[in-house]
Amino acid sequence: MVLVFNRQIAAFSVALALVFAACTPAPKTGAPTQSGSAAEQPQPGGTLTFIVNAEPPSFDGHRETTFALLHPIAPHYSTLYKFDPNDLSKIVPDVAAAMPEISADKLTYTIKLRTDVKFHDGTQMTSEDILATYQKIIFPPTGVLSPRAGTYSAVQSISAPSADTVAFKMKYASASFGTNLASPWNFIYSAAKLKQDIKFYEKNIMGTGPFAYVSNTKGQDWVGKKNASYFAKDKNGVQLPYLDGYKALIITDATAGVNAIRSKQAMIEFRGFTPQQRDTLSSALGTSLAIQEGPWVCVNYIVANSKKAPFNDVRVRRALSLAVDRYAGGDALSKITIVKDVGGLLRPKSAFAMSDADLQKIKGFSRDGAAAKEEAKKLLADAGVPNLSFKFLNRNITTPYEPVALFIIDQWSKVGIKATHDPKETSAYQGDFRSGNFEVGLDFNCQEFDEPDLQLQKFLSASKGGAGLNFAGYDDPKLDGLIDAQSREQDPAKRLTLVGDIERYAMDEMAYQYPVLWWARIVPYLNIVRGWKIGSNHYYNQQLETVWLAQK
Amino acid sequence: MRRYIVGRLLLMIPTLVGVAILTFVIMRAVPGDIVALKYAGSPVPQSVIDEERQLLGLDKPLWEQFVVWMGDIARFDLGTSLWTGNSVVDEIQVRFPLSLELAFLATLLAIAIALPLGVLAAVRQDSWVDYAIRVFSIGGLAMPSFWIGILMILTTLTLWGWAPPLVFTPFTEDPVANLAQLILPAIAVGYRYSAVSMRMTRSTVLEVLREDYVRTARAKGLRETVVVMRHALRNALLPVVTVISLEFAFLIGGLVVTEQVFNLNGIGKLLVDAVAHRDYTLIQAIVLLLAAVFVLINFLVDMVYVVLDPRIRYS
Amino acid sequence: MTDLARHAPAEADDIARQRFMESTGNRRFWRFWRDFLTQRPLGTAGAVLIILMLLAAAFAGLIAPYEKAVEINFADLLLPPSPDHILGTDHLGRDVFVRIVYGSRTALLVGFTASFVGCTLGLVLGVVGAYFGGRADQLIQRLMDVLISFPLIVIAIAVVAALGTGEDKIGNVIAAITVPIIPRVARVVRSSALSIVNMPYIEATRSVGSGAVRIMFRHVVPNVFAPYLIMLTAFLAQAILLEASLSFLGLGVFEPTPSWGLMLRGAGTQFLEQAPWIAIAPGVAISLAVFGFNLFGDSLRDALDPRLRTA
Repeated sequence: MVLVFNRQIAAFSVALALVFAACTPAPKTGAPTQSGSAAEQPQPGGTLTFIVNAEPPSFDGHRETTFALLHPIAPHYSTLYKFDPNDLSKIVPDVAAAMPEISADKLTYTIKLRTDVKFHDGTQMTSEDILATYQKIIFPPTGVLSPRAGTYSAVQSISAPSADTVAFKMKYASASFGTNLASPWNFIYSAAKLKQDIKFYEKNIMGTGPFAYVSNTKGQDWVGKKNASYFAKDKNGVQLPYLDGYKALIITDATAGVNAIRSKQAMIEFRGFTPQQRDTLSSALGTSLAIQEGPWVCVNYIVANSKKAPFNDVRVRRALSLAVDRYAGGDALSKITIVKDVGGLLRPKSAFAMSDADLQKIKGFSRDGAAAKEEAKKLLADAGVPNLSFKFLNRNITTPYEPVALFIIDQWSKVGIKATHDPKETSAYQGDFRSGNFEVGLDFNCQEFDEPDLQLQKFLSASKGGAGLNFAGYDDPKLDGLIDAQSREQDPAKRLTLVGDIERYAMDEMAYQYPVLWWARIVPYLNIVRGWKIGSNHYYNQQLETVWLAQK
Repeated sequence: MRRYIVGRLLLMIPTLVGVAILTFVIMRAVPGDIVALKYAGSPVPQSVIDEERQLLGLDKPLWEQFVVWMGDIARFDLGTSLWTGNSVVDEIQVRFPLSLELAFLATLLAIAIALPLGVLAAVRQDSWVDYAIRVFSIGGLAMPSFWIGILMILTTLTLWGWAPPLVFTPFTEDPVANLAQLILPAIAVGYRYSAVSMRMTRSTVLEVLREDYVRTARAKGLRETVVVMRHALRNALLPVVTVISLEFAFLIGGLVVTEQVFNLNGIGKLLVDAVAHRDYTLIQAIVLLLAAVFVLINFLVDMVYVVLDPRIRYS
Repeated sequence: MTDLARHAPAEADDIARQRFMESTGNRRFWRFWRDFLTQRPLGTAGAVLIILMLLAAAFAGLIAPYEKAVEINFADLLLPPSPDHILGTDHLGRDVFVRIVYGSRTALLVGFTASFVGCTLGLVLGVVGAYFGGRADQLIQRLMDVLISFPLIVIAIAVVAALGTGEDKIGNVIAAITVPIIPRVARVVRSSALSIVNMPYIEATRSVGSGAVRIMFRHVVPNVFAPYLIMLTAFLAQAILLEASLSFLGLGVFEPTPSWGLMLRGAGTQFLEQAPWIAIAPGVAISLAVFGFNLFGDSLRDALDPRLRTA
């Protein structure tokens, strides 16, 4: 997952402020018990056991894109910067000594490094390691994959002027670059190891992070132990990490995951559970359970293949949106799965989200569901397809795809549309989307935080910037221009207006693709786990150095 | 005899080659590929996708991929997993002992249930004992084993807040931890499995009890238990052994759903994951392995027949 | 899959065939069933369960219109059993009882079709192999070996993934279940048929000039019909169970089609504690259906095989 879209041209500080104002999740504790308050004194020791839902493909964070890699492996590594685990709205230095010094022309970033950082094998980390790491990420040699390389296309060159300094030279000013240095994927690797074998890290672990590698049993678990010579201390001067070690259990089945926490064999699963899984745990474990809930920068989209008739007719696409009463759906579906809020292209209540009043004016987002359905019927009749029928491509996953799709299909049936549910395994589902072999489908858009550049990337022309993301298949230079313009806009208020225009254009005027309901993240866990805060996605804040266990 | 054995062994080759071809063809016909899956939802440019497909050798024509694979197999090289990049043998090695042990435990349980009940049902044919045993045993056939599994976990969780351990411990290391993990799934699978064997035991014992030599034994005044144990059971054993061993062969690959429910890190779960990932090399290796086990056990059963039953002669 | 397929006692077949042939005479037919019903309480119980299921499938429309089984009703989310909804409602407000009733259609459709097609193809391949022998037989046998040693799950995933699934694609699920049945039936049929084709009277018929097809239909097929019938009921039960397992794994029938296995998946297990009725009813329905077919099949086998009858 990309952190920040690469074509931003705005001042670093401005963007940071915006991004973080926008992405601060509001953690709420839904359990009868409150998990560790700030005043508590962290207790060192103990082993954290947590669940990961899948097995990491390779161990190389630079080349993979699944959270299943981050959860067990991120604790072994450091990054240049990171999200502050005590306040996820802030970016703080990790192995960097301070925030970057940015030249006046915004074309040079100079970063001072800590001098007390050691790899797990005892070697000193220097600027050479940072250089080698970022060379591999940004300028991968042939045969080395770096799926996020494009995010750094503004970077011209990297250098290491001294042992404790690195410098990035930019081709053009990029507002998102600073944030990208905090990408949880950009593990700092050892230059010596990379020199030996550029693919060393695909099968080996050797970082500077708070935990050293112990063992890994394929398909079963991943074990790490405290790195005693970790460089960071907490604000009271106590050596981090607090934990003696951790064990990640690979549990693919959701019910098995609930059972694991319920039988106290695991303490937490960082991605999240459904409301009923939370309730099951809550009634079984009572006060020994804590719950954190928050918004999730994830949303499902209805995508009609605009290259296929009758979906090339905007009236039909509008009708598909109008027929769905999102508010009724949100009320009911939030009881049974992980979706909740109605919103536009940006997460509701986030900095760039449109006001509720404006949203109501967009077709399909009004609270008057009955009137919308009448309008949908009329549009379908006008388009000459009063009894439209098609297959509705979906991902063969229960949470939340299945209930969301069933809800949509049911809503459509009320305006005379006969949609046949067509769920497929993820690889076939993705294949159909990419090759345009579908009529209408339920897509998803999950991002690291609320940033228009990220959310809108899916709306760029399919043959250009939106390739592999825009499955609606249209090419629309006008929309491309609008998206580009908001990305260059420095004034947040003006940018908000521009984003609103894009939303109206893409969701209503052209009705290319539109959100259904935004997801809600629910993390129930044993309340002995302290020092972890829920963020608005499950990718960052997984180094675990501040996590501790309240053992009596 | 030797010629028969050699002939049978040679016959395994075309079967396994057939399985190999079928697996290869079927998996390539299934839409979706590993690279598209890996980057689902990520704004990854097509160039990265193409590059990765090239790295994995998926850009080559199908016949070439097949020839390369067959060549490797002939050299006993099963290749590397497309998903993890590890050798396929490593991937399987971790999971195989668990599935093997689970199948073994389930078999033991099945025999322990099936033999006494089967004999009892036959001896008391058409009495309420027979009916009760048959209802119990068909119950095992009727309830989906995943369902039994789910209910068992729920029961232990509700009563004692306990669920089987999630990490595999080899029996030799810690028998208690090992059994704690595997005993519930073994019961879930073994119950169903026992039903199959129980019915076989019952019907073969019924047949044997009607044989002349059993009547003679009875006429000689031997006690009924002696008759049953010495004659009926011993003679009924052969078909029962057959059922049990063939069922065992199926079991190793047939534990998919149970492994899912109990989150067991076995070969069935690996296969399902491999298929979901479109990890061709891994799928091909597992299918080939399961087929080989199956064919081999079939062969051994036939050999047992030859050894145990003097009436059978193969030429 | 099942013991019957692989272990129907071949030697017993000619006797069973005799008895079965006898039973097809009109009066004897009725006597057979009268004896069956009076002397085999378990078989009768099985028959009752089967008939109940058939009635449910046939008259589902009288109980509730199909829409009731698929239409979402957010006003009635997760209601416990009550006079209005005798088995409660599920996580989308659909009546569980109505879904169970319509689910019997799915189960029977999949069960009957898969079992019938699988057993019949197996019968044909088995008879053809036994009759012609030689190369054709070898080829068929090797093919059957390949199919039988191929893990079912891979076939299921391949068929479902390659051909798609969904409401209108139930045929693919049936195909996935049919394939593994074929070799198992073919093996048993072949060994039964072998004892027939080597009999002198077949040779005699052939020398009179009867065609191969005619001989197979007239003389061989009727002789292997008893094991065929027994396998048919056994595989029917297996197919219902398999459909449930595949649907549970997400490889079978898909929402919103009412299917018992599907009702156990996802929501069924997720709500096991807050709303146990969602999952208990389909679990019981599957078990009873499979139970019924097995009881019936077992008793039928006992009745047809004289060596298994009460002394």
